[in-house]
Amino acid sequence: MSQKPETATETAPSGGLSRRQLFGAGAAGIAVAAAAGAGGYAIADTGDSGKSALDEPVKFWAEDNDGHQAGIVTPAQDQLHFVSFDVITKDKNALIGMLKQWTSAAAQMAQGREVGNVATKDSSLAIPPQDTGEALDLPPSQLTITIGFGPSLFDDRFGLSDKRPEALADLPHFSADSLEPEISGGDICVQACAHDPQVAVHAIRNLTRLGMGIVQVRYSQLGFGRTSSTTRAQPTARNLMGFKDGTNNLKAEDKELVRDHVWVSEGPQWMHGGSYMVTRRIRMFIELWDSTNMQEQQDIFARFKHSGAPLTTGSDDPKKEFDTLEFHAKGEGGNPIITADSHVRLAHPDHNNGARLLRRGYNFVDGSDGLGTLDAGLFFIAYQRDPRKQFVPVQTSLAKSDVLNEYIKHVGSGLWACPPGARQNEYWGQALFS
Amino acid sequence: MSTIRHKLLAVSAATVSIVGLAACSESKDAAGAIAVTATDSKCDVATKEAKAGNVTFEVTNEGKKVTEFYVYADGDRIMGEVENIGAGLNRKLIVKLPAGEYETACKPGMKGDGIRGKFTVTGEAKDVDDPDLKAAAEDYEQYVKGQTAELTTKTQEFVDAVKAGKIDEAKALFPVARSYWERIEPVAEIFGDLDPAIDGREVDLAEGDEFTGFHRIEKALWVENDTSQMGPVADQLMADIQEIVKRIDETDLNALQLANGATALLDEIAAPDGKISGEEDIFSGTDLWDLAANLEGSKAAIESLRPVLQKRNPTLLSEIDERFVTAEATIAKHKVGDGYKFYKELTDEDKKDIVTAVNALKEKTSLAAGELDK
Repeated sequence: MSQKPETATETAPSGGLSRRQLFGAGAAGIAVAAAAGAGGYAIADTGDSGKSALDEPVKFWAEDNDGHQAGIVTPAQDQLHFVSFDVITKDKNALIGMLKQWTSAAAQMAQGREVGNVATKDSSLAIPPQDTGEALDLPPSQLTITIGFGPSLFDDRFGLSDKRPEALADLPHFSADSLEPEISGGDICVQACAHDPQVAVHAIRNLTRLGMGIVQVRYSQLGFGRTSSTTRAQPTARNLMGFKDGTNNLKAEDKELVRDHVWVSEGPQWMHGGSYMVTRRIRMFIELWDSTNMQEQQDIFARFKHSGAPLTTGSDDPKKEFDTLEFHAKGEGGNPIITADSHVRLAHPDHNNGARLLRRGYNFVDGSDGLGTLDAGLFFIAYQRDPRKQFVPVQTSLAKSDVLNEYIKHVGSGLWACPPGARQNEYWGQALFS
Repeated sequence: MSTIRHKLLAVSAATVSIVGLAACSESKDAAGAIAVTATDSKCDVATKEAKAGNVTFEVTNEGKKVTEFYVYADGDRIMGEVENIGAGLNRKLIVKLPAGEYETACKPGMKGDGIRGKFTVTGEAKDVDDPDLKAAAEDYEQYVKGQTAELTTKTQEFVDAVKAGKIDEAKALFPVARSYWERIEPVAEIFGDLDPAIDGREVDLAEGDEFTGFHRIEKALWVENDTSQMGPVADQLMADIQEIVKRIDETDLNALQLANGATALLDEIAAPDGKISGEEDIFSGTDLWDLAANLEGSKAAIESLRPVLQKRNPTLLSEIDERFVTAEATIAKHKVGDGYKFYKELTDEDKKDIVTAVNALKEKTSLAAGELDK
């Protein structure tokens, strides 16, 4: 069906100015400060009168992203705010109205614009400002906002049950899963990534506000320090165990692999060009790990801690980080160097029917627990074409035998169908709801 | 009481001090913002007179201490305040002032009576001229009078029971009397001195403060199970209630206060230190009565504004109505007879439903004030 452009009431109130225009000269200094904190690679000075990549918005609309949503193969930003919502309205039109508002608000925020006016008119002094304001004077910071729909949305509330893709099959219970229902599942998720945490938080906060009465926050998660690189230009980052994570991740440049392993082209039409996301809140037993000897630490990842080079290369040399893992290599006594129960062996595509994931996870530290130990770990995010053939077999084998399991616990889980990108006159998930 | 007390009093717009913004954000019926320059020892108000209606003060703190700015009516009734103005910051206060004599005050260090000055307002306020707004305010004043009358009666019965040592009877009357208070709480909070004496929570007391009022007696009833020492406290409570009722009944309210009060009452429920925390009636567990009364009071304010909102923004009104229905349902399901379950019987899920519904409601009620200036 053809869709008219959103009407005024369905569109988020438009802020005419970008946050930086509004604040003019004062913002330049802030951009420099933010750039210094964000790590040099993606935000290198473009040489254009001091403008950095923080000022360059990531394009939001499908037309500019080969039909996909931004925030999947986009170079992984440094900061995450992820939120899961339960839909509380029974009115499908109200839900659609919110998705329309969200889509236009997300497009505006990606541009570095406000979600509406911040006290610029006389009358607005009597009412709260439309935009909450904490991102004023901050650059777009490569913000991407990505939406996903959880299996529970496809029950009988909104008549979507016959549109549920088979690939969106509930994840099985994996051995040793300790999932807490209140930080698992949800009807709709939003992943906001940016180089500035305040920009990511602003995005989620304003969408939450626009959704009041329609959706209810089920849980949210802040993440910092991307643990995966999604392009070859990015250096491999480290997880909180101190190891380079995602050396062998799928990268945007591997166009054929991305096409085959990330983007959906089967199942219901509304998901074509989309991708399935799995999220897992993985608590790490940091204090336990920190008193683990280096040999065991390195054996688990089968890599040298410093360089990330495979142990099978025999030398802790950064130039060898991307060398092939030699699973057949034998060490002293004829035992395999990469042990049978090492994380790397169990997760590797060679041992999982070629299954690959585009990982996009983040570290988290949510303060400490009542015992004084860090509540920290990895908020695992992975995109894929079909979880039944990718995440599920990999995690099944990891959950069963990975030595790493002594040091981690999966406490939260989510599975999401992320639709293709919205075109400029569409809203997120329009093909699903129409 | 919780510490939420700003909304009925004034619309204080915490505008960041961007010159371009400030210049275009003056209220329509004020001649312009009145500059207030606060230092650690001075409080210079650019003009000492204004016309009735929305008066805008723009306070710049040139001192080193954090300051506050107040406008007081007779008897130190707070008409409006901005708190927490840091050194070098610039904040706006918009307050609706009818004709009369006022005092302005800066409070460097946020303590004491402040540096006072006279302030005179002449002419008629806009909403006195606007028959719709006047009707709304008068309608709500009638509602308030009904509540204060019952508050007086029920508090007297409560106090009598306490003094007679009838503990069960007093326990039954406690949440009933408080309901009348909670429905009009933001109005009562205009009288900053009496409100803590009547409704202060024990945890909110500072070192050396005396614990008085409803919650002191609540502790005697539910924890100490002994009211023999409560005679003076009960008498003082009754005297304070009579005094505040007298002052409330003499107070002219305006439509802007109603609109802001409707949202302030919802904040009383859903803020982290609000009724939802279970800290209000921590000894008795009768928080749901208070919470329901806050919601009823908020609805009463919207009811008084209904004709105005119906005329000016029927879409907003119907959204508010729908969300009231949802919010009421989250509380109504905990009704038992004429009262409510004890607070500890609620699950976290129950509380989350209440907060979600009330937050969704106040996103809409907070827009009502914007319709009154049109």
